[in-house]
Amino acid sequence: MEILLALLVGVLTAGSVWLMLSRSLMRFMLGLVMIGNAANLTIFSSGRLTRGHLPFIPDGAQAPLGLVANPLPQALILTAIVISFGLVAFALVLAYRAWQEVATLDTEAMPEGGPGSGEEGMK
Amino acid sequence: MSWLLILPMLLPLSAAVLAGLTRSSPRVQGAIGVAASVGLLVVAIALMMAVWQEGILVSQMSNWPAPFGITLVADTLSAVMVLITAIVGLATVVYSLVDIDRRRVGLGYHIMLQVLLAGVCGSFLTGDLFNLYVWFEVMLIASFGLLVLGGDREQLKGGVKYVALNLVSTISFLSAVGLLYGMTGTLNMADLHGRIQEVGNPGLVAAIAVMFMVGFGIKSAVFPLFFWLPASYHTPPVAISAVFAGLLTKVGVYALIRLFTLVFSTDVGFTHEILLWVAALTMITGVLGAAAQNEIRRILSFHIISQIGYMVLGLALMSTTALAGAVFYLVHHIIVKANLFFVGGVAKRLTGSADLSQIGGLYKRAPLLGVLFLIPAFSLAGFPPLSGFWAKLFILEGSLRLEEWVAAGVVLVVGLLTIFSMTKIWGEAFWKPAPEGMVERRLTRREGWLLLGPVVVLAVMTVIIGLWVEPFWIVAERAAAQLLDPSAYVEAVLGVRP
Repeated sequence: MEILLALLVGVLTAGSVWLMLSRSLMRFMLGLVMIGNAANLTIFSSGRLTRGHLPFIPDGAQAPLGLVANPLPQALILTAIVISFGLVAFALVLAYRAWQEVATLDTEAMPEGGPGSGEEGMK
Repeated sequence: MSWLLILPMLLPLSAAVLAGLTRSSPRVQGAIGVAASVGLLVVAIALMMAVWQEGILVSQMSNWPAPFGITLVADTLSAVMVLITAIVGLATVVYSLVDIDRRRVGLGYHIMLQVLLAGVCGSFLTGDLFNLYVWFEVMLIASFGLLVLGGDREQLKGGVKYVALNLVSTISFLSAVGLLYGMTGTLNMADLHGRIQEVGNPGLVAAIAVMFMVGFGIKSAVFPLFFWLPASYHTPPVAISAVFAGLLTKVGVYALIRLFTLVFSTDVGFTHEILLWVAALTMITGVLGAAAQNEIRRILSFHIISQIGYMVLGLALMSTTALAGAVFYLVHHIIVKANLFFVGGVAKRLTGSADLSQIGGLYKRAPLLGVLFLIPAFSLAGFPPLSGFWAKLFILEGSLRLEEWVAAGVVLVVGLLTIFSMTKIWGEAFWKPAPEGMVERRLTRREGWLLLGPVVVLAVMTVIIGLWVEPFWIVAERAAAQLLDPSAYVEAVLGVRP
């Protein structure tokens, strides 16, 4: 199972790096979503995988008996998913606003303005 | 005692909520911002004094013992960083009372600034790696909002690059956290210090260390990962650039220092050799990039990069002198850099532009501003007796003692080139006769007080650090000693001797 997940993480990462190298902002965003999932799967699989063993502590025991699923990585991933959801939502809105301003999603067409282009910031 | 550790985050977050409830009134929001920043400064001073007298302070959230719960730790470095954050935060809030227009305040400027300060303080105080990630994100989302606040065209274009590269850094950081957890089974940094020495897999440790280096390297804008910084820092209003320039990259440097002294200190020959070369190249590319620019804030942005190199060099050398030099440099740089952005903003306000070819004659019109520019500018370039001279001297001494001749040479040459950039701003903006058709504006009395007040206070601090260097050096040395010998840190967090 670990090997399968490791391969999946590898494929996801490779695909998203390819997407993120693109000039199109939309592809970059898709790459970002995918690589975020790859990171979450990395955390998940590095925190020990078990099947059908709930992390319950039986009555009278101090620790779970035998090998059980590790709840901590799942809590971490939940946090990471929520955070990355917010960040991606923000990034998408930003890309949309940038598209409204410069009428393209090609990052090559978003060079820095000429001298004194910080002008508007002073209003 | 635990209140001292939680208040630096709680206070700005509550202020953000309050400011959110009073969005209709910019005046009230400004007052809340000032009050919260003064409160933060008081708490930070109390924290610094407590850490100085009682040593490392630790607080376990909800009384979950380490390494299971989230731990907040304040050693000397953390306390110093929180204090300097509070100082720059207050200066920025006061400056922004004039600099940020009503529309941007209405859009939530003060809310996001307070959240940003909470994120920065949280990053400095946490003792848990995943919690560090969370505070980084709090800081990051607030900085995203601030950078594009108002939605001007240039801001959006800069914002796209800033957001994209910072998200990549986040992913690298998060994956590294996951792998490190898989390898050691803990995320508490003090616990990691011991566990990582028991891992018999130096190759994997080195790979994870490099992933952290990339993640924090993007955040702290080191070579070759700095391209987002000069593309974005000159676009937002001056108060926002100043607080970014002062604080944000330094959080990345802090995280590098913390991790590469506490956790990844087992294979110094490999990791710190990389850092050494990164530092040297960062200094050189930053200062050369600045030489090619002709707009005040762009010049200053590239100088942030070259100065980051000095701090990373202090970390890479890993001796008490060099690390203390890095801590000293952090404090000096935050004050000076924020101040230079403030001065640049005032210059722009007086002349209507920050493009050096379109302005001039400022010395004749505003001699006081000229003096106020010269103090941080000379300090940045390393003139005695200002704070920058000592900061550079300590780093230089650190490299000479370890016989790192190349690094020492780079320190000297980059210092010299910094003078070139500063004299360029001076010669063009202040000395050159004003070009035809330049707009001339005057500051009203209120603008003068609120814009120049923070500038004067920060300039005085630069002079004080320069003239009475010894107490500051003693603090920096204690911070470095704690970093180099983490046993006290580990004992304070885990309650057992390592």
